[in-house]
Amino acid sequence: MSGDSAGSSAPIRTLGILGAGKVGTVLARRALEAGYEVLISGSGDPAAIALITSVLAPGARAVRPEEAAREADAVILALPLGRFRELPVEALRGTLVIDAMNHWWETDGASEELGGPAASTSELVQEHLAGARVVKALNHMGYHDLDERALPAGDPDRLAIAIAGAPDDADRAARLIDALGFDPLVIGDLRSGVRLQPFAGAFGAATDREGLARIIEEFPRTERGREVLAALEPAALEPAAGGNGSMDA
Amino acid sequence: MDRITLGVDTFGDVMVDEKGRPLGEAASLRHVLEEGIVADQTGLDVFAVGEHHRDDYAISAPETLLAGLATRTQGIHLSSAVTVLSSDDPVRVYQRFATVDALSDGRAEVILGRGSFTESFPLFGYSLEDYEVLFEEKLGMWIELMKEQPVTWSGSTRPGLQDAQVYPRTDHEGGIPTWIGVGGSPQSVVRAAAHGLPLMLAIIGGEPQRFAPYVDLFHRAADQLGVARQRVGMHSHGHIAATDEQALEEYWPAYRAHNARLGAERGWPAMTKEHFLQEVEHGALYVGSPRTVAEKMVRNIRALDVQRFDFIYTAGQNLPSLRRQSVELYGSQVVPMVREMLADSERSGEDTAS
Ligand SMILES: NC(=O)c1ccc[n+]([C@@H]2O[C@H](COP(=O)([O-])OP(=O)(O)OC[C@H]3O[C@@H](n4cnc5c(N)ncnc54)[C@H](OP(=O)(O)O)[C@@H]3O)[C@@H](O)[C@H]2O)c1
Repeated sequence: MSGDSAGSSAPIRTLGILGAGKVGTVLARRALEAGYEVLISGSGDPAAIALITSVLAPGARAVRPEEAAREADAVILALPLGRFRELPVEALRGTLVIDAMNHWWETDGASEELGGPAASTSELVQEHLAGARVVKALNHMGYHDLDERALPAGDPDRLAIAIAGAPDDADRAARLIDALGFDPLVIGDLRSGVRLQPFAGAFGAATDREGLARIIEEFPRTERGREVLAALEPAALEPAAGGNGSMDA
Repeated sequence: MDRITLGVDTFGDVMVDEKGRPLGEAASLRHVLEEGIVADQTGLDVFAVGEHHRDDYAISAPETLLAGLATRTQGIHLSSAVTVLSSDDPVRVYQRFATVDALSDGRAEVILGRGSFTESFPLFGYSLEDYEVLFEEKLGMWIELMKEQPVTWSGSTRPGLQDAQVYPRTDHEGGIPTWIGVGGSPQSVVRAAAHGLPLMLAIIGGEPQRFAPYVDLFHRAADQLGVARQRVGMHSHGHIAATDEQALEEYWPAYRAHNARLGAERGWPAMTKEHFLQEVEHGALYVGSPRTVAEKMVRNIRALDVQRFDFIYTAGQNLPSLRRQSVELYGSQVVPMVREMLADSERSGEDTAS
């Protein structure tokens, strides 16, 4: 879906997943179970992931990244962060994009831009994807937990997934996360996504909504939190005019 | 069903003594040697050692250690787990394992993998950016070397070969038995199938059953490519003591420290005791009495339909006495129980595969 006509309340029916690795295949399976139509892609030729898709996410359609980006109502980024500049900018204009990527130095190499304390990686992705509506979510939970521990709404053991992004986009993403089997927890603007990155307390967290909220609130008082907040522009530390949520980074 | 292969595996974690004083790398290596001898005496099928290049693991040259074991063991197969082929020269690796194979009278094996650490890349002058191509090219070359015929090969990561015969040759038909070790990446599973080699799954966290689709993927990839289906094995961590309580108590402190150290490097928080117990109860850790461990092994061997299970008996700074205890109990008690339980279920017709 392209253009601003997307409207922030349009229901998501077709989900695109860019990346058909550990996380991409798990999320595809979850989404199919939740009743979405799923388009999944690797870096190029769909033939390369056809077998993987048919065994690990039967029912999903293997396509090129541009096609998934163009035809889906929302897109999840499940590729190595180091390759985000390959993402199709035009095809994603106006689309809700859920960034599940983390800097992982073993895959991406050591990088100050992506892994340093001042890195707010979803903002980098948003800068690249001009016109897309980027939120950060699904990045902080390991793929085992994403696979094994999805539960229906209301289950007392349900785990939470944090979402950082503009309110309307985050709300849309929240409905998707809920449908995938997790309690959504909207934590603030895109920059507050630094609270979900590697080395932050929430990274790797598989816990319920209260527990996750507590960990995320703790962030400024942790060593890493202080380092990150000091490295980010000082202006970002002041509450935005209008005081939008104390949880913004 | 063919007799299942049951082995033990260690990365040669650097040890401490009862007072917590570091034993050093050399002494840690000598302990591994002794553990390999114990493993042989208890009749285990495989003793496997990892390759790492960091201060918490003493083994960087698996084949040298295995050569030492070759002359002091009788029946056990001696394997790497894994050889980081990407940052080594396949010809040299093949020669060294072929030498171990000669000394051990045909007991050398290799598991090739990417490894889960990257220190070997800068150490040997390779770039992490070439991670994929290094592994794929060198694996391709390895498969040529396994034929033990004159090799003609060319690639971008190493000078080519023209009709080069590599020595020593082994007595194996088809070369040194070689497995491919993979973590959770479906792409790696499919690639392993394409090479026609057996697959070793590293299952180090989460519910083992979730790997069942990967086993299916491996076999279906082989079918689709028209190559023969190969065996699948798994390796996972654990510890064995007389009782469940004792095993948990002995294992947790070192495991916690080990996990916390890895987490600090990679950016995840320290593991809670609750999460640890969850891993023991439902996940990938085999910690408990011989019966508890055997029952869990049998459950997962059946669920994943694997033909090999290697028990990683070290994780962090376990005391030498506890490591030895784990190997002894595994070989003398767990393995016979596992074989019995598998045979029982076969007799009772639960498993009709032949
Ligand atoms: N592993 C986890 O537990 C976990 C949890 C949460 C988030 N994450 C994050 O999720 C992302 C994926 O992780 P993973 O573990 O699933 O990695 P993975 O198994 O290595 O898979 C990566 C996938 O991305 C594809 N890809 C590469 N470049 C692409 C491009 N330009 N466009 C579309 N697809 C592309 C790859 O396809 P090709 O084979 O064609 O290159 C492959 O299918 C990473 O950013 C990671 O940090 C991981």
